[in-house]
Amino acid sequence: MKTIEGRAWAYGANIDTDALAPIGSYSGTGDLSAGAGQCLRDLDPNFAKSVVEGDVFVATDNMGIGSSRETAPMFLRALGIRCVVAHSFARIFYRNCFNIGLPALVCAEAGQINMGDVLKIDPASGKIINETQAATYQCQAIPDHLMGIIEAGGLMPYLEQRLKAG
Amino acid sequence: MPLTLAEKIIAKASGRDSLTPGEIVTCNVDLAMMHDSAGPRSAGKYLDGLGVPVWDLDKLVVITDHYINSDDEAFNAIQSHAQSWVKDHDVKNFIKEQGICHIVLPESGHVKPGQFIVGGDSHSCTGGAFGTFMVGIGATEMAGVLATGEIWVRVPETVRIDVRGALRPGVSAKDIILKLCGEYGIMGFNYQALEYAGTAVDAMSVQERMTLANMAAELGAKAGYCQPDEKTRAQLDAWGATEIDIDTWRSDTDATYKKTVAIDGDTLSPQVAAPSSPENASPVEDHIGTKLDQAYLGACTGAKLDDLRMAAEVLKGRKVPSGFKFMVAPSSIPMGEQARAEGTLGIIEDAGGQVLPVGCGGCIGLGAARLEENAVGISSTNRNFVGRAGPKSSKLFLGSPYTVAASALKGEIADPREFLGEGA
Repeated sequence: MKTIEGRAWAYGANIDTDALAPIGSYSGTGDLSAGAGQCLRDLDPNFAKSVVEGDVFVATDNMGIGSSRETAPMFLRALGIRCVVAHSFARIFYRNCFNIGLPALVCAEAGQINMGDVLKIDPASGKIINETQAATYQCQAIPDHLMGIIEAGGLMPYLEQRLKAG
Repeated sequence: MPLTLAEKIIAKASGRDSLTPGEIVTCNVDLAMMHDSAGPRSAGKYLDGLGVPVWDLDKLVVITDHYINSDDEAFNAIQSHAQSWVKDHDVKNFIKEQGICHIVLPESGHVKPGQFIVGGDSHSCTGGAFGTFMVGIGATEMAGVLATGEIWVRVPETVRIDVRGALRPGVSAKDIILKLCGEYGIMGFNYQALEYAGTAVDAMSVQERMTLANMAAELGAKAGYCQPDEKTRAQLDAWGATEIDIDTWRSDTDATYKKTVAIDGDTLSPQVAAPSSPENASPVEDHIGTKLDQAYLGACTGAKLDDLRMAAEVLKGRKVPSGFKFMVAPSSIPMGEQARAEGTLGIIEDAGGQVLPVGCGGCIGLGAARLEENAVGISSTNRNFVGRAGPKSSKLFLGSPYTVAASALKGEIADPREFLGEGA
């Protein structure tokens, strides 16, 4: 897995799926960009406009609470987010991230990261260097059973490999 | 090794004799349910991308309930895609617009105690009311289940929610769950399994237990369940399920729980969750007099037959203020029909309630019950996050069917006990 380097978009606790993927924001066909443009519109309208490829989404507790709608992590990824770092995750959102190939890291120090901090992340080892604050954080390791999925780029490519291997 | 019911079902599904909470195991899925939002257009599409068939057509149920009741072109495209997908894949169990999936699945005889079930929706945990282990998953994960019939699970710790004593008139399952949300927060039981038990749960109807199981999601839990009893058997039997085993699928008496949370049913007040989270719940007394623009009975949580009956108890012979928007969308067509036949819907309509088409509707900000700009509402649904049921400027309170009905009568948040029992 490649090292991720980008700016932090840092928010608080309980960022819910209605905020990440408002209802009706995606018709289910075609590209995600129109829907992704609605991501966090009620919380931070600047987010979808200004986030760039390689940025990192940071939250504190219970990241992604709410619906099972997978558009929540898909919008983040479509906007360029390459890693989600949080103090803790809501369970379906956490699984959805890995299933679509977006690394989600559990980081006890997530709350110390500020908006705009420049982060360098090695998802495989779980190490985050906060270049702005000259700090280093060690996240929980990605569980073994999810490593294969994230290395393949998500559950579908992982199953494809398994099916090909027979 | 003594096991809780959650552990027992996971052990069976993973072919194990014993389990430890925290372990990762792979389970065989007994039943998979998906709806029109996360189903054919997402999970179905990903499955087709893999180029493999559905692993077992007897174990898949597809239900359309989200993007319905509309002339909207995008909604209709979702429906026609869903219909052609189920046709192309020879789906045996396709239920079209009969109500909300969490109600329709058991109501159509597919659910029975001991099953390990996945559903492509966060409120899939509703099925736990019947002594199943049922979890909500996302669309890609569902595609994985459709392809392989398997899913990984972290064995959850089980927490016993012991509701002691007896609920007072005007107090219901919704108040128990809102009380838990208020006390423990919406991540209070993350990744855990909740076993609802105690005399108040034993005394409760199976439909009321569905409300407890449904809102396990609002406590962060993986699953919430009740141990099956004769009432479970009778309800499932009435819905056409066969081979219902209520004896095997119980927690062992010496099973290990992470903890027991006791709730005193005797003293529990009706609870109301303020905007914009279920965890902002507190006794109705804290909210009395809050002016409202609308009241809504709906969703998988709050418009089952028993919910409609509770509302009717409060509304009988009374009227909502003229011009006040009071809307009701029964959770399923059969339940709506029964409510119509027995006069329950008539009582609601006589009081000024407007009956809307069945579906997820107002709970997710769709249809006539969507909150308008700056509107304040109360509903019997399960979530009130900003932007869910209406625009950012709207505000939504959550309460029981009793509380929603009482509030509709006053046009402001009201205590249902005023209209029931000793207070009436």
